[in-house]
Amino acid sequence: MALLEIRNVTRRFGDFAAVDDVSLAIEAGEFFTLLGPSGCGKTTLLRMIAGFDLPDGGAIVLDGKDLAGDPPERRPVRTVFQSYALFPHMTVAGNVAFPLKMAKVGGAETDRQVWAALEGVQLAGKADRYPHELSGGQKQRVAIARALVTKPRVLLLDEPLAALDAKLREQLQLELINLQKDVGITFVYVTHDQTEALALSHRIAVMNHGRVEQLDEPSRIYGFPRTRFVADFIGHCNLFDGVVAASAPSGGGSLVDLDVAGLGRIRTLTQASVPAGSKGSVAVRPEKVRISSSVTQGADDNHCAGHIRDFLYMGDVTMYVVEATGGQRVEALLANSEAGRTKFFEAGDAVEAAWRFDAGHFIPG
Amino acid sequence: MRWKPRGGSMPGTSSPAEGAGVSASGARHPSWQARDRGTGRWLVSGPPLAYLLVFFAIPALIMVVASFTPPGEYGGLAPLFEDGKANLTLEAYERLAGDPIYWEVFAKSVVYAGITTLCCLVLAYPLAMLVARSPRKYRDLLMLLVILPFWSNFLIRVYAWMIILGPQSALSRAVNAVVEPLGFEPVSLLFSSFAVLVGLVYVHLPFMVLPLYANLEKHDPALLDAAQDLGANAWQRFWRVTFPLSLPGVWAGAALVFIPALGIFAIPDILGGTEDTLIGNLIKQQFLETRDWPFGSVLSIVLTAIALALAGLAAWVSRPRRTA
Amino acid sequence: MKRSWALYAAAVAGYLFLYVPLVIVVVYSFNDSRLNAEWVGFTFDWYRRLFANDEMIQAAVNSLAIAAVASLVSTVLGTMAGFAMHRYRSRLLPVLVLTPIAIPEILMGVSLLLFFVLLNFTLGIVSVTLAHIAFCIGFVAIVVRSRLAGMDESLTEAARDCGATPAQAFRLVTLPLIMPAVIAGALMAFTLSIDDFVITFFTAGAGTQTLPLQIYSMIKISVTPEVNAVSTLLMLLTLVLIVLASKLAPGALRTS
Ligand SMILES: Nc1ncnc2c1ncn2[C@@H]1O[C@H](COP(=O)(O)OP(=O)(O)OP(=O)(O)O)[C@@H](O)[C@H]1O
Ligand SMILES: [Mg+2]
Repeated sequence: MALLEIRNVTRRFGDFAAVDDVSLAIEAGEFFTLLGPSGCGKTTLLRMIAGFDLPDGGAIVLDGKDLAGDPPERRPVRTVFQSYALFPHMTVAGNVAFPLKMAKVGGAETDRQVWAALEGVQLAGKADRYPHELSGGQKQRVAIARALVTKPRVLLLDEPLAALDAKLREQLQLELINLQKDVGITFVYVTHDQTEALALSHRIAVMNHGRVEQLDEPSRIYGFPRTRFVADFIGHCNLFDGVVAASAPSGGGSLVDLDVAGLGRIRTLTQASVPAGSKGSVAVRPEKVRISSSVTQGADDNHCAGHIRDFLYMGDVTMYVVEATGGQRVEALLANSEAGRTKFFEAGDAVEAAWRFDAGHFIPG
Repeated sequence: MRWKPRGGSMPGTSSPAEGAGVSASGARHPSWQARDRGTGRWLVSGPPLAYLLVFFAIPALIMVVASFTPPGEYGGLAPLFEDGKANLTLEAYERLAGDPIYWEVFAKSVVYAGITTLCCLVLAYPLAMLVARSPRKYRDLLMLLVILPFWSNFLIRVYAWMIILGPQSALSRAVNAVVEPLGFEPVSLLFSSFAVLVGLVYVHLPFMVLPLYANLEKHDPALLDAAQDLGANAWQRFWRVTFPLSLPGVWAGAALVFIPALGIFAIPDILGGTEDTLIGNLIKQQFLETRDWPFGSVLSIVLTAIALALAGLAAWVSRPRRTA
Repeated sequence: MKRSWALYAAAVAGYLFLYVPLVIVVVYSFNDSRLNAEWVGFTFDWYRRLFANDEMIQAAVNSLAIAAVASLVSTVLGTMAGFAMHRYRSRLLPVLVLTPIAIPEILMGVSLLLFFVLLNFTLGIVSVTLAHIAFCIGFVAIVVRSRLAGMDESLTEAARDCGATPAQAFRLVTLPLIMPAVIAGALMAFTLSIDDFVITFFTAGAGTQTLPLQIYSMIKISVTPEVNAVSTLLMLLTLVLIVLASKLAPGALRTS
């Protein structure tokens, strides 16, 4: 049985549903991420799990027990706030000791556990400092130590790294992964940063307008977005709309041929079976698209001729925008792995873009 | 399920949805607390609520009832119930409506309060502007200096003008040294309408400076630079940029000066002559001297109505609006 | 830059207008003359007389006692009111808390006079104290509420999250954080109470004197520099309290 179950939870503010019939099952020991654009209801959902807000419908069940009647202080759940919410009138040690005091842990035991928790986040030396004397990253670590010191069942983190600069964020991401592995506590992590979500999580729930659009492992979220929203929100994606011309069963799913305006017939894969004549799109990641100046036939099942319209040099990679002869735009991402400008194309160059049929992915609708 | 966390290199470059905003949870009203209608709420709001009901709301209600009661034989109020029926009358209201003398007192109070407000505005504006445009680190100190006199005893501040305007004071002597050779009667500065107005302005000035400063401080100095850049001279910059933007502060300050000035009785009492009777003096008279409580209550109710209407009006005019 | 000189001059004139009268009161309290007319010589005589004046001493004792009790009670009630106004959406409480401040003082004075007399409540120190509490609550509540509004709401949530009951969260986190505002509110209440004339005038009855009432009768009947002396002392006390309060809660004084 899942450790934390969100069952058909809804939260309305007036007519507006900030969280709309969301159901999730989060396993013990999992690093679970709620990912979505600003205002999609991530914080609202997290606050309901913590007990700061109550659902208008549905239930939140932890270890088989409905939490509805429990105020925040009685839930074995801790929150790491985006603003850190360290008590400014207490030292670092005082902050970390606070939950222990509330749990009526004895003096000597409190000291021991505070020390261990601070040790765990490499802050034992700063025990007597006050929060305003700490850097952003240190405050973040104290907040985590305070939340973990009483070994909650679930740790909720609301964009804990959003206020930090990019370098520090990367470092703390690694620390978070290791910390979670060490303590084995279930993390429910909220972010609107997809890179962070992909890097950290065991599973991701992509949310939009208060609903869960897709719940999957990071590689599947990235590789097989189920909806247009997910494909678009996670990284860059070429989305070609068209009508299914033919569909043949293949392996577990089916091989679909799609007529795309301005591009021609595109072959792609899907798990489900799709009837001919139905509408849908093909999602192809730009890094799966290869471009070359010569026409190549063969293994690549989809190819189209066109010319380079624009390109964006980004250092490690270059994004080319190819305009197919039919008018459709295709984005391709090429790694600048070699020295010199061997692979460079100029705007206006006639090229051919190609990708394997199994690199694409069919999204119905 | 494959539960191995991956870190480091990412497939492809994806532009993170940066700057999508921070959580709003800190700013919004915590709904779990707003929903808390239990004992905690009544434990916290109950005692102050009860106290103010007993010592503010009930006295106010009593006053409304008193205004409909006939006066007692020896002053005060007649019993509310007599011979088993309610003893209510509109006498006191009729008296107020029927006698223009009282309306003159109201009119005079409004005029005095109005002049006071205008004088305060003229005096307060440069003061507030100077503080608002001085370096940030001095602003708090300069504002404290404006507020401090307000916190000293009201009577002392009035008394100070008794000294300054008194017959033997340097000011009186100087004025009369000019006036007398010109063939006029020697003037008495004290116990005059002039003294009352000076006292009113002096006592209420900080109430005007505060909201003006609060408003002026928020003005973007770039607006003035822009106006200058567009060819406005100093005078135009003031009348076309600074002053219109400060209007909410002006209205708020006007309300803070006008309303208390309307009800004042001690300043005319101390600094004024016999003709300087304002509403406040009239009310005081009814309650303490003639002991006509119903009429005193009527006067108080009319004054309350005027004060609340003006406070509401000022709150409406100076409501926060979009400022560029 | 000509205009900024004009502004500067006008503002200096404003400050002079605010302070010269008070300075004159103080200076003449040391003047060796019965008349507040011109400087004759330095003396402490007026202060000596002040401390020999039993009525004045009694009035001062009354004022201090009233202010002490009124500020204590109104700080407790005002803090509760400020907290409740911040935390709960209530319509009645803000009206009851803020109206006494918004209307002319005389109205509260006469309505309380009616109230006490009709209840056959003897006018005196107790009625004055009860009245002072009623108008001080609002000032304390405003200061406390503005401090709470500036406080990060997630701190209270964090306390609850860490296992604190609502009462513990208030005692261990919220209260220590708003303490400067509470103390500033208490100092303000003390000052307002000790300086109050209008409401005291109506609720004190005939037999009870406070410092402001004493000053009033003195300046109505016979002006002597003794008034200057007591005024100077009172201003000194106020100055200390208010500077302290403004240190504890910057901006608190402006809210009133
Ligand atoms: N107390 C409230 N009252 C009214 N509307 C609210 C309240 N709380 C949240 N909302 C609305 O609900 C929606 C979801 O808010 P939420 O804070 O959960 O978004 P989020 O996904 O956390 O966004 P962000 O990434 O910006 O933090 C928003 O449109 C917000 O305006
Ligand atoms: Mg959020």
